[in-house]
Amino acid sequence: MSTAPTRPADALREGDRPAESRPGAAARTVGGVAGWVDDRTGAAKPVGYLMKKVFPDHWSFMLGEIAMYSMIVCLLTGAFLTFWFVPSAGHTIYDGSYVPLRGVSMSEAYASTLNISFDIKGGLIIRQIHHWSALMFIVALVVHMFRVFFTGAFRKPREINWAIGSVLALLAIIEGFAGYSLPDDLLSGTGIRAMQGFVQTAPVIGTYLVYAIFGGPFPGEMIIPRLYSAHILLIPALLVGLFTAHIGLVFLQKHTQYPGPGRTEKNVVGFPVMPVYAAKAGGFFFIVFGILSLIAAVVQINPIWAYGPYDPSAVTAGSQPDWYMGFADGALRLLPGWLEFEIFGYTLSMNIFPGALLLLPLVYVVLGVYPFLERWVTGDNREHHLLQRPRNSPVRTGIGMAAITAYSVLLFASGNDIMAIKLGMSINDLTWFFRIGFFVLPPLAFWVTKRICLSLQRRDRDTVLHGRETGTIVRTPDGRFFERHDTELTPDQWILVQHEPVAPLELEPAVDENGVARPAARKDRLRARLSRFYFADAVNPVTPAELAAAHYHGEEHEAIEPSETSASGGAAPIESAEAGRH
Amino acid sequence: MNEQDTPTHGSEVGPTGHGTAVRLDQGHIIGDGGIPERFSNPGLPVHVPRAADLDEDAARRAEKQVTTLFGISILGTLLFIVLYFLIDVEETIYVPGIGVTSASNLALGVTLALALLGIGFGAIHWAKTLMPDHEMVEERHPLRATDESRDRVVHEMREGGNSSQLTRRPFLKYTLGGALGLFAVPLVLQVAGSLGPMPQKSLSLTFWHGGPSGPGQEPEFRPLRLMRDPENTPVRADEVTVGSVYHILPEGLLDLEEGVLEEKAKAAVLLVRLQEDEIQSEKQLDWGYQGIVAYSKICTHVGCPVGLYEQVTHHLLCPCHQSTFDVTRDCEVIFGPAKRSLPQLKITVDDEGYLVSEQPFAEAVGPSYWERGQ
Repeated sequence: MSTAPTRPADALREGDRPAESRPGAAARTVGGVAGWVDDRTGAAKPVGYLMKKVFPDHWSFMLGEIAMYSMIVCLLTGAFLTFWFVPSAGHTIYDGSYVPLRGVSMSEAYASTLNISFDIKGGLIIRQIHHWSALMFIVALVVHMFRVFFTGAFRKPREINWAIGSVLALLAIIEGFAGYSLPDDLLSGTGIRAMQGFVQTAPVIGTYLVYAIFGGPFPGEMIIPRLYSAHILLIPALLVGLFTAHIGLVFLQKHTQYPGPGRTEKNVVGFPVMPVYAAKAGGFFFIVFGILSLIAAVVQINPIWAYGPYDPSAVTAGSQPDWYMGFADGALRLLPGWLEFEIFGYTLSMNIFPGALLLLPLVYVVLGVYPFLERWVTGDNREHHLLQRPRNSPVRTGIGMAAITAYSVLLFASGNDIMAIKLGMSINDLTWFFRIGFFVLPPLAFWVTKRICLSLQRRDRDTVLHGRETGTIVRTPDGRFFERHDTELTPDQWILVQHEPVAPLELEPAVDENGVARPAARKDRLRARLSRFYFADAVNPVTPAELAAAHYHGEEHEAIEPSETSASGGAAPIESAEAGRH
Repeated sequence: MNEQDTPTHGSEVGPTGHGTAVRLDQGHIIGDGGIPERFSNPGLPVHVPRAADLDEDAARRAEKQVTTLFGISILGTLLFIVLYFLIDVEETIYVPGIGVTSASNLALGVTLALALLGIGFGAIHWAKTLMPDHEMVEERHPLRATDESRDRVVHEMREGGNSSQLTRRPFLKYTLGGALGLFAVPLVLQVAGSLGPMPQKSLSLTFWHGGPSGPGQEPEFRPLRLMRDPENTPVRADEVTVGSVYHILPEGLLDLEEGVLEEKAKAAVLLVRLQEDEIQSEKQLDWGYQGIVAYSKICTHVGCPVGLYEQVTHHLLCPCHQSTFDVTRDCEVIFGPAKRSLPQLKITVDDEGYLVSEQPFAEAVGPSYWERGQ
């Protein structure tokens, strides 16, 4: 497997002698260290296996890689930042080189962040790379999640990895929030203030929770060191641990691959780690890191010096969280005030609590549970290693687009003030648009997406049924002309017919043969209904019989049995179908 | 068009339908069995060699490109080192399209990017031009372990349970389960119990009640002067012209040794003067002084300072989530996610003509919480 056919580039040059191949001789050339390690660990076997492990190639597989590399860049630059950052809310008077803030009373956290930005050589570039890579990490992670969802890569056996990924996604945004809250500037302090308000609305335990988190009244001096310990120790430990499990499962289960000629459920087609994938994936790390450095060099992010130190009675207009917290913030902007109730003297803030505290975990629980739900509905218990084209699962693709639409409505709603200013629109109208849009747009997105998928599938069918135009015009004895189409499936059309036909689950009778109602009948009815929802109008791939039928013109032998053809009745629908295609 | 996977369905298959005698005009089809149900996989496409696979010159060109990229990386690293020492951290530079920016940030970032991108693009170009591009095929095996392995695990576990007498002596099981279930409680208790104090009354009190209002503190009311923030000077009623807005803190707050931010977070007040005839609420007029009214600046939604005041409409807007309050209507919510009006501070003037509080806030300021109404 590891021996590729010889190429001219591999050919020996003049004076070269082929290497000898005695067992152990190759290892000796590597030097003593490898042997020393193998003597003590036996690592040669697993390392040898890993080196020839095959990974399939596709641009969309790089999305997860971008997330992974951004996370590594975050860890690296974050470790640097800890050398200068002082995680303390203790007061100090700033005397660094940023003149406008000299003499201002502020926390040590803010002062040290200013020092990193202005007084430590290269400190600003590290800080900016850190923040940009955090944003990139979560963007890449989300888009990677889209890829996995829409191609059905989460199906058996990869449900566990999808669930781990959902937890990783949730942890990543909490990690991000803890991180951008640390500098203790006015903007991040406002974010913490809002978080305090959220937690305070939790029914029954809200106030105790707040005093526990803040170690007393808001803001206190405990929140910065506590966020710091969460940001650099607790959450990264969980992130790295779960990430290791995530990537470990990818190795163990072998990567999925897109369908194509020669690719089956039983194989992996791609390039081996040594040398191709090592070079490509290793090189890609440097590209991601390099692009992050370039962005950090030319695009300023989070200019904390412009906001000033945190003061609970001051605020800047257009206060906004980092993008990944936007959807929760948007939900808070949309929930109307009348959702706050007072019951027996106790206040239940349904205008805050659901958007601030429930939404976040809810989104990720729904995400994590989806594969199990879909498996139940489809009754599909097989292993899947070939990815689906999104069009070939119209309902899932529709559900995904509806979810993305709902998320986007909330995300855009968190920018309603900026939009109102930039577009010169009424903020009230915008808010109402988003409020209604949250309910109307997702079903619309579902419907549109599903229709587009079905149309694309029909077009795939048409393409295959049409066949290859040979350019040969045939004249029939009765004077009609037609072009002969090749009925052979061309290799590039394999992608159009490779997917599995689907049909809704059939409902078993509600009573058994003795007339006794089966206990599971209700659940089964729901399951059958959901299955119909998924598959009732499925467009299945062309079968060889259908292709043969589509190309049956009856012309070749009409001289023998002309009347039979027209009388069979079968030819008519095909001719009309053909006519539609010409 | 019926697209279900029902190969026996005849409506589309038409002439190839079964059950009838094979007609001469379809003699190339041997009944249904002649057509497989699915298409078969055509197999891997033929490998197309690249230029560098066949042509030594192309390979040498590719080699040159890769080494150039690696060279650029080395150059970037060297430049980074030089510029690190050369450029002072305080130097700024004007760059078209970016504006004035830190020179060292720009220089270090760009050279670092060169060093990294050179390696990255070099390695990938190498992989794409010179490394073998034959796709390899690796077999997959079912992930599931064999039945024997599964049985062995179950057997070993059972055997372990039996030989350790766990199954024979159930009290071992119950007490061990209980001990393991409980041992985490002390740790959880320590964290949960010691993270912070009980809030007590501190959420419903503010500095306007007469002094520091943290947990366990119950200040006694005394009238406090309204002080400008940050100047910390008192405000005379006749200085407040119609339409002006002041940030107000209670007298003594800024002189505190500690807890300034904690008190500020509850006690911040906005002072506005309206025309008396613009005020639509009797209570609002009573609690103010000649059209001068004082309201808590802390939003009743989630506690951001209500920072934006529109002088023409007398609307207060919170920049965090756009709750809008109408000052002429006792700061009622007229739009947005907040439910409650901003609490009003009852004010009057003292003997010297300075504005003072007449009583503390009548309700808790800031965001809602469960026991707020108690």
